[in-house]
Amino acid sequence: MEDAIVLKYQVIDGEFQRAGEVSSDVKHKLKQMGVPANIVRKVAIAMYEGEVNMVIHANGGEITVEITPEQIKMILADVGPGIPDVEKAMTAGFSTASDATRNLGFGAGMGLPNMKKNTDSLDIETLLGEGTTITMIVKL
Amino acid sequence: MTLRDAAKIIEAEILVGEDLLDQEIGSICGSDMMSEVLAFTNEHSVLLTGLCNTQVMRTADMLDLECLIFIRGKQPTPEMLQMAEDDGRVVMKTRFGMFSTCGKLYQAGAGSGCM
Ligand SMILES: Nc1ncnc2c1ncn2[C@@H]1O[C@H](COP(=O)(O)OP(=O)(O)OP(=O)(O)O)[C@@H](O)[C@H]1O
Ligand SMILES: [Mg+2]
Repeated sequence: MEDAIVLKYQVIDGEFQRAGEVSSDVKHKLKQMGVPANIVRKVAIAMYEGEVNMVIHANGGEITVEITPEQIKMILADVGPGIPDVEKAMTAGFSTASDATRNLGFGAGMGLPNMKKNTDSLDIETLLGEGTTITMIVKL
Repeated sequence: MTLRDAAKIIEAEILVGEDLLDQEIGSICGSDMMSEVLAFTNEHSVLLTGLCNTQVMRTADMLDLECLIFIRGKQPTPEMLQMAEDDGRVVMKTRFGMFSTCGKLYQAGAGSGCM
C-alpha cells in the first residue's frame, strides 16, 4: 500500500477536556480530502467513542489512521488496564465507568457497540495490565 | 418547525447563530449521555441536553448537529461557544428542565423522528 496516507496522534492521559480533538481533526481532514459524508460520519463516531474510552478507561495512548482508496483503518493503542471480558464489554449497556465519569456524560455502555455498528470490522487485542489495541476498518 | 419557532416556544436565549435560525428542524434528541446521542441521532438534528462541557460540543461536531439547546439555564463557557461559532452551529439555552422542554416542543408538533 504505497499510496496510503498515514496520520499519527497521541492521546493524552487524564485530559478529558481534550478527548475528541484527534477525532475532530481526522474528521475535518477526511472531509477536505473529499471522502463521502456518510463514511466520514461513521469514522468520526467510531473514532470519537474509541478516543474517549482511551482517556476515561485507559491512560491515553496512540491513534494511527491509514487512508487508502479502498478503506480507512483506525488503530487505537492504549496503555491501560486491558479489558477482562471483551464479550461483556461489547454488550450494550455494560459499563464500569464511575459516577464521576457518568456526570461528564459517558458511561452508558454504548461506546463499543457504537464502534461496532459504524465500522466494517472491529478487532480487539487486549492484555490485562498492558493495554488494549482496537483496530477498526471502514470501507470506502 | 424552524429553530426560530422552537426558540420562541421554549423561551430560549440565543447564544450563537442568530443568523441561522431559519433552518427547519429534522429531528430532536434529548439526552445527557453522549454515547446515546452518538447512537441514535441523525445529522442536522437538534440536541437538548443538561450536560454542559466540551464533550457536548465535540459530539455535536462528530454528528454535524444543527443546534444545541442547553436546558435548565445551563450556561456554556466562552470556549464552548467559540467551538460552536467555528462550526456554524446554533446554541441556545432555556430555563425549562428536560421534561418541560420536550413537552412544549412535542406539543407544538416537533414529534416526528424525535427521541
Ligand atoms: N480502552 C479500554 N481499556 C480498558 N477498558 C475499556 C476500554 N474500552 C472500553 N473498556 C471497558 O468496556 C466497557 C464498555 O465500554 P463502552 O465504550 O461500550 O462503554 P462506556 O465507555 O462505559 O460508556 P459509553 O461509551 O456509553 O460512554 C467500559 O465501561 C470499560 O470497562
Ligand atoms: Mg465508551
